[in-house]
Amino acid sequence: MTLSEFQQLVTTLADEGVKLIDAAVNAASLEEARTSLLGRKSGRLPDLFKQLPSLAPGELREAGSLINAVKAKLETRLEERRRQLEAASSSKREIDLTMPARRQWLGSRHPVTLVIEEIEEIFRELGFTIALGPEAETEWYNFTALNFPPDHPALDLHDTLYLGEGVMLRTHTSPVQIRTMQNHKPPIRILSPGNAYRRDFFDASHAPMFAQIEGLAIDDGVSFVDLKATLTHFANRFFGKTKTRFRPSYFPFTEPSAEMDVECQLCHGTGCPSCKGTGWMEILGSGMVHPSVISAAGLDADRYTGWAFGMGPARIAMLRYDIPDIRILYDSDVRFLYQIAR
Amino acid sequence: MNASYEWLRAFVPFTLTPGELRDLLTSRCATVDDLVAVREDLRDVVIGRVVEAAKHPNSDHLWVTKVDAGTGALLEVVCGAPNVVANTLYPFAPVGAVLPGGIKIEKRKIRGETSEGMLCSARELGLGQDHAGIMALDIEAKPGTRFLEAMPIGDTRLVIDVLPNRSDLLSHEGLAREIAAATGGVVTRPEIAEEKQVVIRTHSVKATSGSVGNVTVRLEDTDGCLRYAGAVITGLKVGPSPEWLVRRLEAVGSRSINNVVDATNYMLQGFGQPMHAFDLQKLARATVVVRKTRGEELIRTLDGVDRTLPPGAVVIGDAERAQAIAGIIGGSGSEVTDATTDIFLEVAAFNPTRIRAARRTLGISTDASYRFERGVDAEAIPSLVDYAVRLILSVAGGNAVGNPIDLYPLPKKPQPISLKLARVARLLGEPVDAGEVERNLRSIGFRIAPEAKDIVKVSPPSWRHDVRGEADLAEEIARLRGYDAFSSELRPFRASSVPDAPLVAAIKRVRESLVGAGLNEVRPLPFVAERKGATVRVANPLAEDEAFLRGDLLTTLVGRAEHNLARMQGNVRLFEIGTAFFASDRLSNLPDGRTVRLPREEMRVAALVMGQRSPTHFTRPNPESFDEWDIKYLAESTAAAAFPGAELRMVPASGQTLWDVVIDGKVIGIARRLTLDAPVWAKPAFGLELNLEAIEESPPRRRTYRPIPATPRAQVDLALVAPTTVTAAQIEAVIRKEAGDLLETLTLFDEFVGQGIPEGSRSLAWALTFRHPDRTLKDKEVQGRTERIVQALQGELGVRQRTS
Repeated sequence: MTLSEFQQLVTTLADEGVKLIDAAVNAASLEEARTSLLGRKSGRLPDLFKQLPSLAPGELREAGSLINAVKAKLETRLEERRRQLEAASSSKREIDLTMPARRQWLGSRHPVTLVIEEIEEIFRELGFTIALGPEAETEWYNFTALNFPPDHPALDLHDTLYLGEGVMLRTHTSPVQIRTMQNHKPPIRILSPGNAYRRDFFDASHAPMFAQIEGLAIDDGVSFVDLKATLTHFANRFFGKTKTRFRPSYFPFTEPSAEMDVECQLCHGTGCPSCKGTGWMEILGSGMVHPSVISAAGLDADRYTGWAFGMGPARIAMLRYDIPDIRILYDSDVRFLYQIAR
Repeated sequence: MNASYEWLRAFVPFTLTPGELRDLLTSRCATVDDLVAVREDLRDVVIGRVVEAAKHPNSDHLWVTKVDAGTGALLEVVCGAPNVVANTLYPFAPVGAVLPGGIKIEKRKIRGETSEGMLCSARELGLGQDHAGIMALDIEAKPGTRFLEAMPIGDTRLVIDVLPNRSDLLSHEGLAREIAAATGGVVTRPEIAEEKQVVIRTHSVKATSGSVGNVTVRLEDTDGCLRYAGAVITGLKVGPSPEWLVRRLEAVGSRSINNVVDATNYMLQGFGQPMHAFDLQKLARATVVVRKTRGEELIRTLDGVDRTLPPGAVVIGDAERAQAIAGIIGGSGSEVTDATTDIFLEVAAFNPTRIRAARRTLGISTDASYRFERGVDAEAIPSLVDYAVRLILSVAGGNAVGNPIDLYPLPKKPQPISLKLARVARLLGEPVDAGEVERNLRSIGFRIAPEAKDIVKVSPPSWRHDVRGEADLAEEIARLRGYDAFSSELRPFRASSVPDAPLVAAIKRVRESLVGAGLNEVRPLPFVAERKGATVRVANPLAEDEAFLRGDLLTTLVGRAEHNLARMQGNVRLFEIGTAFFASDRLSNLPDGRTVRLPREEMRVAALVMGQRSPTHFTRPNPESFDEWDIKYLAESTAAAAFPGAELRMVPASGQTLWDVVIDGKVIGIARRLTLDAPVWAKPAFGLELNLEAIEESPPRRRTYRPIPATPRAQVDLALVAPTTVTAAQIEAVIRKEAGDLLETLTLFDEFVGQGIPEGSRSLAWALTFRHPDRTLKDKEVQGRTERIVQALQGELGVRQRTS
């Protein structure tokens, strides 16, 4: 007999042996199985031992270890089965470990909160702190101090919900820039998350209230390169290594102004319907703080320069979690909240 | 702004593909949102050469032709056109092609002869009305070439997002300037096909009145109108526009109306200058007056709507009545119609603010008002009058009468800007070279002169109203170099001197705590209908039933819970951290001297729980529902998270409010039962709401180590029968007082009402543990204390120990 033939016999015995042991339903049938496998007189394993001499002398060693391994395996299996049968027959029952765990309700942060926290985390590493401000603002903080010319088409992008003469729900979180500069001396590096409001009807892509997160850095000689470098760093941290591009834009309170795009997260730059074939996705608006904004807040615009950016965490949450309709974020359907929690 | 690729090429020759042009404009000045192939519906049509044309054997008006469509084989095509001639090129739609209007070409038999395609007429291709025959092409092209490539018909529309500051980009000429500067080209205005050379001499005066031909022009409202020019053309013929003009307008999404109106539209789209043509014979006493509104004036505008002129609007009137709302829309009384032969052509620059105010009052926006409120280039007016008159003469005939009049009483003086290059370099963070700045700014029409060392004097071109100061020039310098050319390497920075806002940490702790308790955060809209508690009204709400800002968060959460119940979701555990608004007399003095009334805001947290306390598990098929004791704990734990170290008490309240949450002696919130609009299967709902700003955050309590006891404890259970008028808190107070310092824990572990307990009483059971820090307590000591407690309870509260 060759070694491989022998090996074949050993494997067959192992497979059939396990089946035989598992098929035993009580102590008696288990003993029958034991005898037929290991019994000294007629057991199949001792029979196999008797075949050893027919192998070439050089193969004896390996054949021996094969057969001993099977012996050990079958003995272990017999003992396990014996205990199982014993437990089943006694009144003390083993638990069925396949049954489900006792779970607790899973709490969750809102997806928009998750995005905001992740953004904060990245900017905190770069020395930013968190500033908050009121949601009801005066026209002065919301527009005038931010260099919006009175009655200018730029205001068309800020359809406003008014609360009274000169008082409104802020249309962006930028008033926090002014309040911070009024109350603190540079170096200023703040992030300002919060709600902003526009007079937009509630539909799949617009909401009258939305989260915004704003950043502001003011110091002696802060430059456009700082803006570009910080926001590029952020994009690479937030989206994973990604291409970015900056292009001219317009905000009354920054000059120069720049829009930052990242590679489309769906097609990775090759162009798809979602990015209208451009391969890019608009992520945030930014710019160097306009000198008249710095002056309006009471700082020396000759000495201090700075940059600012703003973005919409809701839009990013929609991208990230593949949410097709912005209303889902506000509806508070618990089934949606669980999806994000898991 | 819609721009046509081909139209731009008529201003400046360039070789960029539409895609490259998109990238160029986007990176340089304005984002191109979309590219639209204008005649994509002709993509299947190719050039076909008719090689042979013979009479159809079974018809006296049909032809059987052999067509070379570049496929290598000649195709047999049956054609009904009288003008089919061998060795001529025609547009050919092969089998499978889809023509405009959705007609699909199929192989079929026409009176017994097979036809494998179709030779097309101009009308079948949507290229005009000519249906007399097929469209013979006088071009050189290989058969099989795509028709769109062979003919100057294919065009691409660029949909451009022009931001409010760049009014100069609202025209093909303006966009062409940027393209020319980037590609090294030169902008030239497209040539007009003129039968005879016309010379127009516009008469520009620093005056408020003048005349052209027999028309008197008076500029009365010099605030509303900065410059007003007019030309008179007589004897023209209103009719369809030539094909090229129709195609230009079509390419930008504008419909052809007639040759005169189309010419003014061409000027608007081409040069950014809105123009208006009046039917001269309808202008009373041939008079044009630019004036303010007079009292209640009515006008029927071109769209057929009767409108009251808004006060403050600029009006173009004749000797009797208003004929146009200046810069916004014309009146139908002097509209150019097929019968018009003489026109007065208006070319003006109106005050952007006045136009904007009037069009907002009217609630309309037109292509003209859109450009006027962003500012047109007043300096370009004389040359555009010239161009427009020649264009109209070219497309509608007639004669220019007199010299056009151009009233410009107060010419705008250019305002040069001093540019300190070192400051720009500091702002941009990279060196700025004088030569580069000069070269780049000149390429887009700026003029530059040296002023002092490192300072240059820059004069922006008349079409760049947005460039007023050094910062604006910094943007020009940066974008002309290209934002991508700047370094994006992080540089050293100083850490912020601004501490976190005081609420930031509390919000974080509260969120953590509620998420840990298994609640789901929501961020709903804060608008509510008018009701008690909501005191701040939105002046211009989106809907009347959402006209108020909420005065509490639970109202919003109840709404969200009802939303879930309506979707058969009964296990609802929501929380929100958000703002509540209150009307207040808080006045705010603005730096501009005004005083306004601001609402008061509170950052709050609220939570709502209802339904199963835990998910279903086979060990407990019917889990209990949330009840009062759950909300009490959530209120305690949330308050502790918000105000760590402060003294917290839950003070029983009345009605639906279960407890007032009291921090350091001040009520900062509530825990309560909630009433919902709920289906019968819904479980009761409970809520909590806390004001996170109610007290100043106190410094966290110092926690100190106490030795872990090594001595054994002694335990005593006290089962008591108490009148229902006695509270658990009263009993606990007595126990603590009598038990003294050695009492370690006191736990209420049972409440029972029923058999064996007298009416009007309940049984309450406490477990007490005692421990001495240094030694083992003797049984006698514990017994003595227990007896004292029982006696005191009996004496002070009428509470007795329960026997068996």
